[in-house]
Amino acid sequence: MNGLSKAENNLFGGIIGSGSLHLQLNRRQKTLIVIGISSTLLIAIMIAAQLMSNQAIATNFSQQNLAPSWAHPFGTDWLGRDMFTRTIKGLSISIQIGLLASSVSVVIALVLGMCAATMGKKVDAAISWLVDLFMGVPHLVALVLIAVVFGGGAKGVIIGVALTHWPSLTRVIRAEVMQVRTSQYVQISRHLGRSRLWIATKHILPHLLPQFFVGLILIFPHAILHEAAITFLGFGLSPHSPAIGVILSESMGYLAAGMWWLAFFPGLSLLIIVRAFDVIGDNLRTLLDPHSAHE
Amino acid sequence: MNSYNNIKNTQNNQPGYLDKGLSQPLSAPKDELLLVEDLSVAFVQYQKGLKQRNLEVICDLDVSVKSGEIVAVVGSSGSGKSLLAHAILGILPSNAKVSGTISYNGEALTVERQKLLRGNQISLIPQSVNYLDPLMRVGQQVQNTIKTKDAKAVQEQLFKRYHLSEAAGVLYPFQLSGGMARRVLVATAVSGGARLIIADEPTPGLHPEVVAETLSHLKELASQGCGVMMITHDIEAAMKIADRIAVFYAGTTLELAPIEDFKDRGEALRHPYTKALWMALPENDFKPIPGFQPTPADLPSGCLFEPRCQLRTAECSADRPEMRDLRGGKVRCIHAT
Amino acid sequence: MNSAKYVFGKTLRMISLLIALCIVSFILVKNSPIDPVQAYIGADMMRVSEEQREQIAENWGLDKPPVEQFFNWAGAIVKGDFGSSMIYREPVIDVIGKRFAASLALMGVAWVLSGIFGFIMGIVAGMNQGKLIDRAIKWYCLTLAATPTFWLGLILLMIFSVGLGWFPIGLGVPVGVLSENVTLSEKLYHLILPALTLSIVGVANIALHTRQKLLDVLASDYVLFARANGESGFGLVWKHGLRNISLPAVTLQFASFSELFGGSVLAEQVFSYPGLGQATVQAGLRGDVPLLLGIVLISAVFVFTGNLIGDIICSVVDPRIKEGRSSV
Repeated sequence: MNGLSKAENNLFGGIIGSGSLHLQLNRRQKTLIVIGISSTLLIAIMIAAQLMSNQAIATNFSQQNLAPSWAHPFGTDWLGRDMFTRTIKGLSISIQIGLLASSVSVVIALVLGMCAATMGKKVDAAISWLVDLFMGVPHLVALVLIAVVFGGGAKGVIIGVALTHWPSLTRVIRAEVMQVRTSQYVQISRHLGRSRLWIATKHILPHLLPQFFVGLILIFPHAILHEAAITFLGFGLSPHSPAIGVILSESMGYLAAGMWWLAFFPGLSLLIIVRAFDVIGDNLRTLLDPHSAHE
Repeated sequence: MNSYNNIKNTQNNQPGYLDKGLSQPLSAPKDELLLVEDLSVAFVQYQKGLKQRNLEVICDLDVSVKSGEIVAVVGSSGSGKSLLAHAILGILPSNAKVSGTISYNGEALTVERQKLLRGNQISLIPQSVNYLDPLMRVGQQVQNTIKTKDAKAVQEQLFKRYHLSEAAGVLYPFQLSGGMARRVLVATAVSGGARLIIADEPTPGLHPEVVAETLSHLKELASQGCGVMMITHDIEAAMKIADRIAVFYAGTTLELAPIEDFKDRGEALRHPYTKALWMALPENDFKPIPGFQPTPADLPSGCLFEPRCQLRTAECSADRPEMRDLRGGKVRCIHAT
Repeated sequence: MNSAKYVFGKTLRMISLLIALCIVSFILVKNSPIDPVQAYIGADMMRVSEEQREQIAENWGLDKPPVEQFFNWAGAIVKGDFGSSMIYREPVIDVIGKRFAASLALMGVAWVLSGIFGFIMGIVAGMNQGKLIDRAIKWYCLTLAATPTFWLGLILLMIFSVGLGWFPIGLGVPVGVLSENVTLSEKLYHLILPALTLSIVGVANIALHTRQKLLDVLASDYVLFARANGESGFGLVWKHGLRNISLPAVTLQFASFSELFGGSVLAEQVFSYPGLGQATVQAGLRGDVPLLLGIVLISAVFVFTGNLIGDIICSVVDPRIKEGRSSV
């Protein structure tokens, strides 16, 4: 009964009764629609970035410093490059790096989380110590260190972002595996003499798959924001690539001249993309496991 | 009894529904301190994929308590009995849908009256020490519930009455032993001078001595004129002090019987489930009832006990039987005689 | 007694983590493509002969085997000697000391402001669950969490410096004034925008967390019982809520030093604020290995200290830890 009462508890409103049946039915549809719209947005950006010609981001001195207009929704910069095209291409790069880096992070988290939960106390202690170690250094400082050590550039960023986003998911997966392991059906399998590997692949792994995907999507926003930040600071992608971090860092020189659009639109677009991933992840989680929803 | 059925109220989904259509006082007999009729409590629950379903955890429940009487609501663990207590006090979660009527002292217990009465006229003795604030000293918590001026003095008096040392007041809930926790909970519940006391599972896995002590507290409260509703899965504890027993099964009450009927081989009992329950006790046949209690998710369409009943006929699965008066008690079975 | 034991255990763990961090960062840097000698010489590359370079390397002990180098370096660190910064031409510890003071002022202001406002927002949202104000606060916090800190800084810069002209655009120390001669009011003046940026971003986490904690508390058995006893409304939240949510909120706020430091790196870059964050970026970009390693260690100490303070406060305030689990 506790699960029910915890699901939604309103202290101050009418104590008894709320939410009609009609509204509740829409929740599933609403969730699906939100996921659909956000995913479409992300896919559209990826496709658009491929289709857009590089012509628009070539230097064009006849189109310098234009404020936003229908021809150039995000304006143009001091080299006459179309900021809309640069932004879309930049976002596409961000999404790709985010995908690569968060995939690596999720795999690391999965392996470490499984090991921590199944390989005994010593391994568990060692992994939790490792998690603490990574969480002990400010994330951005760790990124700078790793990016510098690996020679900067795209390689430095990807390695940096990939190697620093696993700790919190590792904790989640560890806890999840611990819970499944003590559940009855796993206990029964063990009594039936199934091997550890059999239990891990037949029982635990399928249970973790949703966690895995949701984790992947929820790491995305962090990965993208960190990539942009580190590039903004000058450690990441080369100044020639149309990355959001590069665009924003360049824009700093032109703010005093009143060219607000150079920073405003690219940053806002990044925000929307990050938020879209957040929304997808949260809604997927609610869909797969309604009780986890922080509602 | 039947005279109320025509004013039963089934408007769901609206806070304060109990006000509507019930503004005129019910003409309930004065001796019924608490009267619950056709009470239903349902929840909307989400499953994987956000498919929703409506869970009716309590349906068509009837029970009543008189002043100075102890009524035990007996049912197996996890069958939603606590929700009955929460519904009477008006502290159900907000996603709960309630219908039916509850009246206290002859008047409908509206949301406003519930707010007004809980903590002074109606109070709860909760299940466990988890119902105390983990970060507050217990003495302070008892004082919180006392509305009169000198809360500290009243609390100290209460502690004395329930044999709690003065030092116990500065302890935190996690530091209490089982017996002490029980006494603190009782002290908290009676601090406001309640006339109706709802004890929710007051004897969960306690030491026999503590059980006896707790039951004697309840008995004492009833002898002082309080109405006591004791919600429990422990039929033996209920037998020791209750005047009447309400048998709770799958979210409803199947029978209301005076305690005297629980004797010999249960011939005086009315419902087949009550009889089976009585015979399943260790001092009788100690024979479990075959089958399982249905979960709120898949209740049978007819009588809730029908799938497990020895006396079932085709009629049983057609409709839910109404509660009817029988030999000084009530029963929800078409075959009961 | 219990508190002391608890804190001692935490401290021991922190020391072990710091030692490991020293080893890991040292190995990383040693295997990196950075040539410390080249980083040191910088633009003077052409004027320095091969022999001089070797001499510098020998001076720093770079010709010794890595393990020996590590122990020399670690030994010096234990004595408080982090070496010399190549770009600032000063002992690393001095660079960090000066700049950390500036960053601490910035982070301190942001920490206090975001903590207070976040906590209040969380309570307001939690008390009004599902209502418009709750949804607004939640939406605001989730959006903030998705906002790049440096972009927010740029927006504030555009509004308050370029648009309204309240602050100069190239912040930091005014041109032509020695940093020693900057007055306190000027320092505060320069602090406002970056601190505002960090405060706005910092609110999100604490507000969402406090909101969730409050919802948990309101759904708890003891609040149910308090309601059964006639307590209600703000009094109930005040009596039972505050106690039970402020403890985790304080712990969380102390555990947020990591994000705070990262945020200050970005904010300092945007507003050219002369703090440790800016030094981090310079050290990284120009390959100043001693300074970079120094900052990594100091920032880790900063984060661990935050966690430790949170733990200590918990162990002193929470009776369940302070007075032990034993029953009387």
